[in-house]
Amino acid sequence: MDTFISLQNVSYTYESEEPSAPAALRNVNLQVRRGEFLAVLGHNGSGKSTLAKLLNAILVPTEGKVIVQWMNTADEEKVYDIRRRVGMVFQNPDNQIVATIVEDDVAFGPENLGLPPEQIRNRVDEALKSVDMYDFRRAEPHKLSGGQKQRVAVAGIIAMRTDCIIFDESTAMIDPKGRREVLQTMRRLNRDMGITIVCITHFMEEAVQADRVVVMDDGAVAAVGTPHEVFADEALLRRTGLELPAAAALAQGIRAAGIPLPFVLTVEECVDALEQAARKAGVV
Amino acid sequence: MAVLEVQGLTHLYGAKTARETAAVQDVDLRIEPGELLGVIGHTGSGKSTLIQHFNALLTPTRGQVLLDGADVNRDKQSRREARFRVGLCFQYPEYQLFEETVYKDISFGPANMQLPKDEIDRRVRTAAAFVGLDESLLEKSPFDLSGGEKRRAAIAGVMAMEPEILVLDEPTAGLDPRGRERILDMILRYRRETGSTVVLVSHSMEDIARVATRALVMNRSRAVMQGTVGEVFARGEELLQMGLDVPASTRIFLELRQRGVPVQTDVYTAAQGVDAFLRLLGKEARA
Ligand SMILES: Nc1ncnc2c1ncn2[C@@H]1O[C@H](COP(=O)(O)OP(=O)(O)O)[C@@H](O)[C@H]1O
Ligand SMILES: Nc1ncnc2c1ncn2[C@@H]1O[C@H](COP(=O)(O)OP(=O)(O)O)[C@@H](O)[C@H]1O
Ligand SMILES: [Mg+2]
Ligand SMILES: [Mg+2]
Repeated sequence: MDTFISLQNVSYTYESEEPSAPAALRNVNLQVRRGEFLAVLGHNGSGKSTLAKLLNAILVPTEGKVIVQWMNTADEEKVYDIRRRVGMVFQNPDNQIVATIVEDDVAFGPENLGLPPEQIRNRVDEALKSVDMYDFRRAEPHKLSGGQKQRVAVAGIIAMRTDCIIFDESTAMIDPKGRREVLQTMRRLNRDMGITIVCITHFMEEAVQADRVVVMDDGAVAAVGTPHEVFADEALLRRTGLELPAAAALAQGIRAAGIPLPFVLTVEECVDALEQAARKAGVV
Repeated sequence: MAVLEVQGLTHLYGAKTARETAAVQDVDLRIEPGELLGVIGHTGSGKSTLIQHFNALLTPTRGQVLLDGADVNRDKQSRREARFRVGLCFQYPEYQLFEETVYKDISFGPANMQLPKDEIDRRVRTAAAFVGLDESLLEKSPFDLSGGEKRRAAIAGVMAMEPEILVLDEPTAGLDPRGRERILDMILRYRRETGSTVVLVSHSMEDIARVATRALVMNRSRAVMQGTVGEVFARGEELLQMGLDVPASTRIFLELRQRGVPVQTDVYTAAQGVDAFLRLLGKEARA
């Protein structure tokens, strides 16, 4: 997979009243690969949102550079092109929708591109279908659930033909059902449309489904790897305040009692491993 | 005797208008002293409406709420008393911090109770220490606190009323694992040290599994399940059908059972899962 966004020795310091305030990001080197599903973990204040805002030129590095495809985010002339390729969904579903009708909100971006009306119509319909919100195209956004609002926000981004979508804790304020809907949407866009997903989250179940996981700690990258690599590193988890997904914790407890089990992360993997162990022990 | 009892509670918003919504319907509930009741349900299932009746913030359309056997809506005095004996912490309470200093925010409740000044001061400092807010933060503006600190300041404000029943609406929503752990520990410690009754509304089944003694499930404005946490999660299939989550450990054991592995299914924490699986293999569960 080729590199889609590249961060090279990136540091970022917020201009604040306290000159002694530490940098929010320190010397970050990271590649976002085209078409991957990348999860970003780390406790509050570790620099995740700062990282996200650097990826689509909401912020530009104090030191180092961020390159989106061939464009440097510090180049003001490229900002518009970068934002068209890299969209962002934020945490609060209530401050992202501006129009009073769902489809008008989704049309907002394409209209700004100056596209002809029937092309806008096509893009809006296609975008709403891809997040499974087409039936709600005439609905008033304030009547939607949190998960539905977030999916409308995603549709607005897709209608711009975005290559990459960053979700900054976009499931934190919505209930489990809404969270499942948004997660399914992320996975579908990634798998079926090849959209690169960067998913910042505190939910380990979301992280274990990613291709790769980045762990942030105090403004630096503490680890990058597959979910298996990252979650198998107990010292890392302890140091960075991450928890083991419940299925992994269960398997670890059984392993500690002397029953050989492979390392598992998801519910499905855990069920398979336990079933095998039970059959091997002859209790089924 | 139940410390709080809900009888046939129905609450309609916009009653007799075109927008009438039955937010809570025919709910019966008994909360025993010292228990930690977890309340589960989808957004819109009526959880927040229900708990706002516990301290008489909302008045039932039908039915009643009894505090130590007496109707909280009897008169103005009983409503006032309920406001203080039942401490209610709203969802995203940090958005309701509005005073100039953290100290003033935490003292808002006790000051309303018209307690003597030195008693208010004692309560503010005790509550702040309890939630782990440093003394030095008390004179700061609440807007200068981090997200997690704001949340804890808001909870301290309710604890400072020293309520017999502490009711928290989604206190861990939106926090990172450390922040969540910290709030849950705080709630457990508060209950242990004061013997208070706690009602915890949460979307997180793992949170409920970890701390609650009993659980209530709301679905479409009705109380559809009540029981010990074990009893409720043993009905995991039904919960899943309602579109609710169940803890990962519960899901694992339900699926094993489906595949013909003869495990018990009233499992809801990883530790219980370990014990249940070792028992299946004929090994002694750890002490
Ligand atoms: N607008 C801002 N001004 C000053 N400091 C900020 C600002 N936003 C974030 N910070 C600081 O930068 C650090 C990283 O924050 P952030 O990127 O928001 O972390 P996360 O998203 O992981 O919680 C924190 O110490 C935070 O206090
Ligand atoms: N102030 C209000 N006015 C009108 N309807 C409301 C109000 N608050 C909640 N509702 C409606 O009542 C129902 C139950 O809401 P709520 O008690 O907030 O549920 P939950 O806390 O489980 O999400 C929902 O249909 C909601 O839209
Ligand atoms: Mg953030
Ligand atoms: Mg609610």
